[in-house]
Amino acid sequence: MSGGLWLRLLDGLLVTLQLTGYGAVLGLLFAFAAGLARLSRHRVVRGIAFAYTEGFRGLPALVVLFWLVFALPGLGFQLNPLFAGVLALSLNIGAYGAEVVRGAVLSVPAGQIEAATALNFTRWQRMRRVVLPQAVVAMVPPFGNLLIELLKATALVSLVYLQDLTFQGQIVRAATGNTAMTFFGLLVGYGVIALILTILMRLVERRAAASLGRAVRPGLLSGRTS
Amino acid sequence: MNFDWQTAWDSVPQLLQGLLIALQATALGYVLALVLGLAFALARRSHQAWLRLPVAFFVEFVRSTPLLVQLFFLFFVLPTVGLELSPMWTGAIGLGVHYATYTSEVYRSGIDGVPAGQWEAATALSLPRRRTWTRIILPQAIPRVVPALGNYAISMFKDTPQLTVITVAEMLSVVKALGSQNFQYLELITMAGLLYLVAALLIAWPVRIAERRYRKENA
Repeated sequence: MSGGLWLRLLDGLLVTLQLTGYGAVLGLLFAFAAGLARLSRHRVVRGIAFAYTEGFRGLPALVVLFWLVFALPGLGFQLNPLFAGVLALSLNIGAYGAEVVRGAVLSVPAGQIEAATALNFTRWQRMRRVVLPQAVVAMVPPFGNLLIELLKATALVSLVYLQDLTFQGQIVRAATGNTAMTFFGLLVGYGVIALILTILMRLVERRAAASLGRAVRPGLLSGRTS
Repeated sequence: MNFDWQTAWDSVPQLLQGLLIALQATALGYVLALVLGLAFALARRSHQAWLRLPVAFFVEFVRSTPLLVQLFFLFFVLPTVGLELSPMWTGAIGLGVHYATYTSEVYRSGIDGVPAGQWEAATALSLPRRRTWTRIILPQAIPRVVPALGNYAISMFKDTPQLTVITVAEMLSVVKALGSQNFQYLELITMAGLLYLVAALLIAWPVRIAERRYRKENA
């Protein structure tokens, strides 16, 4: 395999990492917005968040991506391809993340909330000072799993001609004619990135658990939650 | 720039045919995922390291790599080793193996949830290992994980559009075929999206009921 092809794969890797990074940030935003909105006092806010989470958990990410890239121009909007990719992936992962946020907030013991109320905290103070610091710790492990799901979903953008790792892999396959080796190499590549992300998330998890003075799960790899 | 309802409605019968094929792939893949997942879960609890370790590695590897690339791999590589399968079967195997790595984790959590006393009781009654599994452990482990298993049926259905890359004639393939004739992608993809949404909600319905029932029983 020539140096040019290796460079192509490196370019693809960068696009994949970009999509994963931007997608994670935007997805986190959607997750918190929708997850907290589902616990809102206002019916309308709850309704919108419910429609978003149920809707995007029922729509295939690939179809959302196709809609943004091939259907939206029919309405007169042309998105930057990378932005379309990030938006489709983060809308999808954000809907799952919203359930994580909601579940984690609800898992904070009622006594904590009562104590905050007894101390005359406002709703906002109670959320920011008491509920979220505990809820966020519970969110880290499931968010780690979602991050891997996001990484895997980035491969879909190769079908809308974004030049990510999978797209460049197809070029390498065409150039070398070695199909089995190329796809196996791609799988190993994704596997290694996923491994690195898993280890990073476990480190975050440790810090988060330590911030509340909780015991830390041993090992960096074992016992990923499903 | 206007949404052409006529085109949208006219495409529905063909889209529904695609949907049917997507559901067929989901059903085949799901059965495979349920069976293979249980096998993986049992293998990962085996006392034999030669069985436990490779299966654990395989599950973690498949679970952290994209289904899309796995489908390409199966589609192009299986024929070179003499396995000429139809696109539908290749797709069902791809979906089934991918999701078996998820269902195996679900089974595992169900098995871990069976109280240790049940194992000890089986030992005290000197039940053979096999009967301990089939009569004591699994009948208690599986019912409690039914909702979680059901959720993966929805996820799997949502991954069927990816089968378009291996020429399965599911709904997204229909969209692409019709679109190449009339170029009305806006109407076609929107209509297909609505159908995916409706179908996913219909699959989710019994799963949500099972979830609620389980929660009530354990409340």
